[in-house]
Parts: sequence; C-alpha cells; structure tokens
Amino acid sequence: MRFAPQLVAVMGCALAMGFVAPRPASAQAEEKPYQIENGKVDRGTYNGYRRYGNACERCHGQDGSGSSFAPDLTQSLKRLSHEQFAETVINGRQNVTSSQQSVMPPFGQVEDVVLYLDDIYAYLKARSDGVLGHGRPQRMAN
Amino acid sequence: MFRKIAVSAAALGLCISSASANEELLRLQRDPNQWVMPTGNYANHRYSELNQITRENVSQLRPSWSFSTGVLRGHEGGPLVIGDLMYIHTPFPNKVFALDLKEPGRIVWRYEPTQDPSVIAVMCCDTVNRGVAYGDGKIILAQADAKVVALDAKTGKVAWTVSNGDAGKGETMTAAPMVFGDKVLVGISGGEFGVRGHITAYNLKDGSMAWRAYSVGPDNEILFDGEKTTSLGKPVGANSSLQSWEGDQWKIGGGATWGWFSYDPELNLIYYGSGNPGTWNPVQRPGDNKWSMTIFARDATTGQAKWVYQMTPHDEWDYDGVNEMILSDIEVRGRPVKALVHFDRNGFAYTMDRETGELLVAEKFDPAVNWATKVDMETGRPQVVSQYSTRQNGEDTNTENVCPAALGTKDQQPAAFSPRSKVFYVPTNHVCMDYEPFRVSYTAGQPYVGATLSMYPPKGEQHMGNFIAWDASAGKILWSKEERFSVWSGALATAGDIVFYGTLEGHLKAVDTRDGKELFSYRTPSGIIGNVNTYTHNGKQYIAVLSGVGGWAGIGMAAGLQGDSEGLGAAGAYRSLSNYTQLGGVLTVFALPN
Repeated sequence: MRFAPQLVAVMGCALAMGFVAPRPASAQAEEKPYQIENGKVDRGTYNGYRRYGNACERCHGQDGSGSSFAPDLTQSLKRLSHEQFAETVINGRQNVTSSQQSVMPPFGQVEDVVLYLDDIYAYLKARSDGVLGHGRPQRMAN
Repeated sequence: MFRKIAVSAAALGLCISSASANEELLRLQRDPNQWVMPTGNYANHRYSELNQITRENVSQLRPSWSFSTGVLRGHEGGPLVIGDLMYIHTPFPNKVFALDLKEPGRIVWRYEPTQDPSVIAVMCCDTVNRGVAYGDGKIILAQADAKVVALDAKTGKVAWTVSNGDAGKGETMTAAPMVFGDKVLVGISGGEFGVRGHITAYNLKDGSMAWRAYSVGPDNEILFDGEKTTSLGKPVGANSSLQSWEGDQWKIGGGATWGWFSYDPELNLIYYGSGNPGTWNPVQRPGDNKWSMTIFARDATTGQAKWVYQMTPHDEWDYDGVNEMILSDIEVRGRPVKALVHFDRNGFAYTMDRETGELLVAEKFDPAVNWATKVDMETGRPQVVSQYSTRQNGEDTNTENVCPAALGTKDQQPAAFSPRSKVFYVPTNHVCMDYEPFRVSYTAGQPYVGATLSMYPPKGEQHMGNFIAWDASAGKILWSKEERFSVWSGALATAGDIVFYGTLEGHLKAVDTRDGKELFSYRTPSGIIGNVNTYTHNGKQYIAVLSGVGGWAGIGMAAGLQGDSEGLGAAGAYRSLSNYTQLGGVLTVFALPN
C-alpha cells in the first residue's frame, strides 16, 4: 500500500499549494465506488458517512466541505486517486512552515478508519462527484 | 488623573515581589486602566469602569493602530495590558508578543516555543489558545503540547517549564491559565480523544505541582470527601464518580477542563466546569458519568471539592459544561445572593448560590432549546424530551432537530456582566442539529467521537446567532439582537453603558445596554472569535480585539451550516462564512479621535 517516497512528496507538496497535477488515466477504473438509487445510498457509502463523522469531520468539516484549517475534500477527491487517498489517510502528512500549520495524522493504526477506508472513500467520492447532497444520506433497504 | 493611575499601577505591576503576588493581582484586577487577566477580573465580569467612550460618542470610534500576528488560524482570547506593555498570543505555534504601548506595535520581546507539529492533529476544532495569564512578574502560557511555560514579563526569558499532560494521548491545552495567590491554575483539553480531565495548580515560583483534581475517578483523585462534598446541599457519598460509570470506563471518561476559571478570594473558592464524558455515543457509557458536565467549587488552597452540580447527567448531545462562571452579587427573588451565573452549552442559564451550591434559577436562554422541557429544581435534573434523546433513540438512529446543536446555545465565548445595570450580555449560537451515535473503539491519541452530526439554523429561520441581554434573577431575556452567524466573540460591558462584541464576519460592534441598538460597527480584517478588552494609556481609553477566524466556528466556514438535506441544485440556499471573511490574525486597537 505504501507509495514510492518521491510520489508521496510530490503529492503532499501539491496538496499544500492547493492544487494537484492531473490524475493518471487509470483512475477511470475507480469511478463510482458507490451506488445511489432514487437518492438512497448503499450500505458502504452510508457507513462511510458515519466513519467520516467520527474521524474526519472535526477538521474537514461537515459534508467533507473543508474548514478554515483543512482542505475541502469534495474538491481534493476530484484529483486524488483511490490509491493516493488511501496513502494519505494511512500515513498522514505534514505541511508546517512559518505561515502554515497543516498536519494530518496517520490513521494506519486506527481500526475505525482503516477497516472502513473504502467506505469513507465511497462517501467522499459521491460528494465530490456532486451526486450526494449535504447531510445524512438516506440508506437503501437491505 | 488617568495618567497618574496608569503609571503608578504599571510600576506596581512590574515591581512587586513574589511574597505579595496574592495582593498584587487582587488590587490590579480592580484597576480599570489595565486588563491584567483574560477574564477582566476574578469574577469573570468582563466589565470596565472606564467611561470616556459612551453611548453618545461611540459612533466616532476609529482604529488607532493594528498589528499582524503572522499566524493564520483561529485567534480566540484577547490581549492583556499591564503598565506600558500589551501581551498578545496566537494559536499554534503559540507565539507571545509583548508590545510597547508608548510606541504602539513595537515588539519589546517575543517568544515562540518549539513544539512537535504532530500535536496539531490531536487538537479538536482548530489550534486555538485563549490567552496568557500574568502574575508575580511572569507571563504564563499554556501551550498546545500541554507544557506550561512561565516567561519573565519584562524580558520574555523562560523562568520555568512544566509538562501538564501527554499530547501523544490527545492531551493538549487551549484554555487560559488563571493566577491566584502564589499559584497558577491550568486545565486540559482533549474531550474528543477520551482523555481524563483534570485541573492542576502549580506554584508560581518554580512550577512545582501544588495539587491536581481529576473530573472523574476515585475520591482521592477527584479530591472529594463523600461526607463533606455536596451536590444541591446533600453529601455526594463515597466514590460518587466511580459509581456512575460501568467498570473501568471512567479511565477514558472525559470531563476535560478547557473553559474559564473564576475565583472568589473571600470564600477562597475556585469555580469552573467540566466537559463531555468519553465518547459522544451515550449507549457505550451507561450511567450518569459523574462528574462530567459539572460545575465545581473547590478550595483554592487544597483543591478539595466543596460543592458540585452536574447539569447534564449522562450527556447525549456533547453539551460540555465548561463555559465561564460569572460571580455576581445580585438579588434573586428579593434576596441578596452571592451568585454564580452560568450560561451552559445545553441552553439553560443557571443562577446558583456560590457559597452553598444551591440551585436558584435554571431557564432557557434561547427559546429554540428543545432537548429538555425544564430543569427539576428539586433534583436538579433536566427533564429530557424522548424525541430528542439520542440514547433512547439508540445507536445507528438519526435523532433530528435537536436544539441546541453540539456547539451549544453558547460555547466558551464569554459573556459580560455590568454591575451598573445588573444585566448579563451574552454572545449566543442559534443552531440545531441531527445527531446519530454509533459504536467506536478507543485508541490512545485517536479521535473517540462516535457520533455524526449535521448542524443548521432552527427550522424556518435564517440567522445562526443572537446577542442577548439576560436577567439572571428572573431567568428572562431582556432583549435579543439577531446575527447572521454564531456570535463567537467574548463581550465587554463598560460604564459608558455600552457593550462590545465581535462577529464571525469580522465586525467589532458596540450596542446600547438598554435595548441592544447598534451604535458602532467596524469591519476588521478577519472574522472575530477573540474577546474584546479595554484599557487606558496616557489617560485615553482604548478598545482592543484580536481578529482571525477559525476555531469550531471555522468548521462551518465552508459548510455554511445550512440546508443540511436540501438536496442538489438548491442554488442560493448555500450561505457560507467563507463568502464573508478569510483567515489571518490581526490585533486592532480603537480610540476616539483626539
């Protein structure tokens, strides 16, 4: 799961500056990790919403929309591949300079995050793709 | 006249020896020419006798000078003024500047600690810091990484450093310390990380620990005596905290102490509140979870608890009890009372007898509050409405339209009390929420939340804040002024019969104490979550405030706390704070034209 160090460095740097190089074409294959029918989401996406609330929301804000001190993930996920997303969550990243103090902790040892990484990704991807609105999603019947 | 007072007080402030540190601050807190503690005075009044700026002339107020802190994140707290120096602080990296008032903005000294940046990631809701304290010729800083540092007030040289917690476990510091006697009192933050809250008194002289009192745990660690410590007049009994938790859960039981402290030197009692218990999922922690969400009165010398009152037993909404305790001598139902007045996150304003801990008044200070109908005055327990009980509705169930939201009808932003009008002026939030608790596991140093929330204004309303005037005797709102966003700035009342506060858009405002009419508004460079103060220099009255949007209020920066489920394409419903302000720490000082 670990990325080559130079790629990680490039990504961290790009994120820090608020933009990211275009995503590799392979990301096409990762499209739509969620299911949405009649406004209702699958179990995994719904769980992702909740796990996001536990581990991510206090920095990245409601609905993944960012805060005064952490990036808007609905924008970040337009550019990050699933692999890049997973790498960042697992290893964390730091961008601390005299004018900026951004630190994302590594979640690699946190079971409530790692076990549901794909669910969190699915939720945020649905938000990022603009197919899921604000707040708590409706869940499909099992 | 003013000049003489200012100068002599300045000389006293910097020259008094440690032997009389006690008397020094007791005297200085009464000097309106200075602002020697974050709370204005020990009683947390945030009131000034200065009356050069009045309701008649405040409209002419204008910026006199300003100063950039060079730090972007949320700037809570406010400046201290001692003699000719002003002390300001910043969020992480917790810089401290001593500024020369004789040559406004010149830096006399600066201090910037070296802290492991990984602490940033374990700070809930931004890297805020609510200010430094002064005493015994030292400036005391409570750093993010849980170190307490004493700096020489004249030079900024480190006198001593002591570790008050382990940031690796999510123990951090955001609250302002309070100096009393020959000690300094500090709390601990980390309520979203399963820390076990405590307050600690360190000896000002060398930083050695005088006493520590936990919020939860066995009697000898929470400094309770089952026979002598009372709640609503009755002894609490042995191990009252342990009996209100299942098994060992108290060890990750929360009760963080990240709010304000007050002190009654005559009663020799310290007052403060504790935060949320453990996880936000109530199902995982049966019991009353004592003494989270509690008002404490402790002996200042020993730390022993005299009385306690748990406002929100078995919290189901994250209604931390840490807001300031305002000590005011007022009449309650015709009887003069040494009162403690507290505006809680849970939406109730409590008036108590601060000597005995008797509950006198408990009323809602926002009519939107709906999670409880009232507080039973016999038992002190809120009468919870089943529909809004996240415990009764259970795990994995979304409880909708609970008012207030987790950030409370009021958060830490302190209210002001005018002894002239006997009225309290309170910055408030007007926000409701959906709350869904779910099961989480505890890992040291990792978030331990267990609930997901959506926040929005009360149904059918558009504004998310009010600035209100409150009668703590009758438990009634006297007037209420709407604000677009939560009012997240500490208020200041003055003998000029005006009240100042800041808004999230960045306006410093002054309103009439009689009716809340807006008399002055000036747009500072960024949103205001700091607290307003006043002082004189060379006989002239100044008003000072830090801008720099962020904190928990900054969470709503992008989300707009609006239209939680309005679905897609509802253009126009999206009103975010980011459309009104951007980041940046700036001090702005105001004065009347010469």
